[in-house]
Amino acid sequence: MKLGVTTQARRNLQAKPLQTALSLALLAFGVGMVSMMLLTEKQVNDAFERNIKDIDLVLGAKGSPLQLILANVYHIDAPTGNISLEAAQKVVKHPYIASGIPLAYGDNHEGYRIVGTEMGYVEHYGAKLAEGSWWAETFEVTLGAKVAEATGLALGDAFFSAHGLTDQTDIHTNRTFTVVGIMEPSGTVVDQLILTAIQSIWDVHAHDGEEVDPSSREITAMLLKKRNPLAVLTIPSTLRDTNMQVALPAIEVNRMTQQFGLGTKTLRAIAMLIMALSFASIFISVLDNIRARRHELALMRTMGGTPRTLYTLLLVEGGLLSAGGTLLGLVLSRIAMVVLSSFVEEQFHYSLSSMIPLPGELALAAAAVAVGLVASAIPAGRTLRLDISKTLSEA
Amino acid sequence: MVSIEGVKFQYDAAGPVLSFPDFSCAQGGRMLLLGNSGAGKTTLLHLLCGLLTPTTGALTVGSKSLHASTDRELDRWRGSEVGVVFQQAHFVQSLTVRENMALPHQLTTGRIPEELEAKMDDMLDRLGIGHRAWAKPHELSVGEQQRASIARALLHKPQVVFADEPTSALDDASAAAVMNILDREAADATLVVVTHDQRLKDRYDSCVTLKPQQP
Repeated sequence: MKLGVTTQARRNLQAKPLQTALSLALLAFGVGMVSMMLLTEKQVNDAFERNIKDIDLVLGAKGSPLQLILANVYHIDAPTGNISLEAAQKVVKHPYIASGIPLAYGDNHEGYRIVGTEMGYVEHYGAKLAEGSWWAETFEVTLGAKVAEATGLALGDAFFSAHGLTDQTDIHTNRTFTVVGIMEPSGTVVDQLILTAIQSIWDVHAHDGEEVDPSSREITAMLLKKRNPLAVLTIPSTLRDTNMQVALPAIEVNRMTQQFGLGTKTLRAIAMLIMALSFASIFISVLDNIRARRHELALMRTMGGTPRTLYTLLLVEGGLLSAGGTLLGLVLSRIAMVVLSSFVEEQFHYSLSSMIPLPGELALAAAAVAVGLVASAIPAGRTLRLDISKTLSEA
Repeated sequence: MVSIEGVKFQYDAAGPVLSFPDFSCAQGGRMLLLGNSGAGKTTLLHLLCGLLTPTTGALTVGSKSLHASTDRELDRWRGSEVGVVFQQAHFVQSLTVRENMALPHQLTTGRIPEELEAKMDDMLDRLGIGHRAWAKPHELSVGEQQRASIARALLHKPQVVFADEPTSALDDASAAAVMNILDREAADATLVVVTHDQRLKDRYDSCVTLKPQQP
């Protein structure tokens, strides 16, 4: 028979299922919310960081700078419009600019964007081939790993593109794209793109095979790498009288996360409030246990239990509650992340599925257990001053 | 043995001083402490258990001089050498009857040896509640609770057993049965019964009557 202090504490908690469940649920929700916010923040920030990767400026049509970044760096928003390829190339030739990667898109296949670009785009993200080859001819495509997995397209398969970025109604049946390669997963935005030559994008939109005048060719954006830091100040002024603008990914993403920050701060404050309530619940639970079980505690003193034994018993009860609630919260946050991940994956094709505990979460768990112990240690101190004779006489 | 000499006790400085007659009971003997309400029976019992410290006087129970012992020593001593049968059967409600019986041993030594478990089953069978071993205390009848309380007090073979009003709520037959069980199971121990139950006054040769305390 095992009747150690942990067994006794567990039995005492089980004897009050409702009170125990309330304390556990409150702490689990509080810890779960904070943990989920930590996981989400980390994974979203990682995804943003991975995809910005040395892109200093994005050149595109005038409009919202944030939209320009979200559309052309992360491919989660509609583009602000098209710009002239010729005008964009002039900007690339500016002495303060080191290089530029053109992007042209406007069609999709099963919700995955077909992006016309150059090999520089692939090299920029360090993408590698899993099978097949890179596109070489017009209407040849190389698929991102996630696209291949989701659509089931394989080497040699052909498909039509649909106009727009998500819609599948306006299908271009005049041209057929052929899969010539599939990329390895890279953890970057290219996983969710169908890459092809820019010429493919122009040709698919050309009317009845008409040749587009090279001077009127358009692209969606140009990803720029600066040679001189002054580019950030100089380039915008050169675009004043054009339909173009440049946006700085780092600044726009920072602005966006600051806007999210207000929301996350509010959520974090609510989570902290719930956690504080759960600690109050543990405090009250232990205090109530001492009141309700004072005869039991006095009885244990007559059977050889020392004040320290009783104090430890109550402390372990509080410890089990806080450790259990914390563990439950971490499990809860992961279940919530799976649900959120499937939503994000469906909406934006981004995955938030990493469940590895973060250092912040471990600190959160340690702090939650420590505060839980303190919340039970304070009322448990009453057992040290328990008047056994008086308590037994009251029975 | 149990011996008290010149024991006085005061709950607080402004309160009355309670005085108790000197008496002694040899090891393995039986003694009745008889008194009506207000005679200080419960106070004396708590003094004998080392739960209260006398203001003056000497108390010796078994091998222990209670007036000269520390709280820690008394805690250990209660767990290993003393058995108490309370008027109301107190139990740890979240534990089974068996676990309640084993609790004094656990609290004193930090473990429960296998041989104790066998003894536990034997004792519960002898007391006729073997089939209730895995029940929770609140599932027992009053009579079963009383027997379980006796079993717990005697399992670890204490040197001294104190029984506080063990028959007060029982009819004649049940009272006689409980006292017979106590006598049989505590055969090797010193048994001190504290009661106001006049039915027990002739049960033992040794009987000390506690007089009402002066206010």
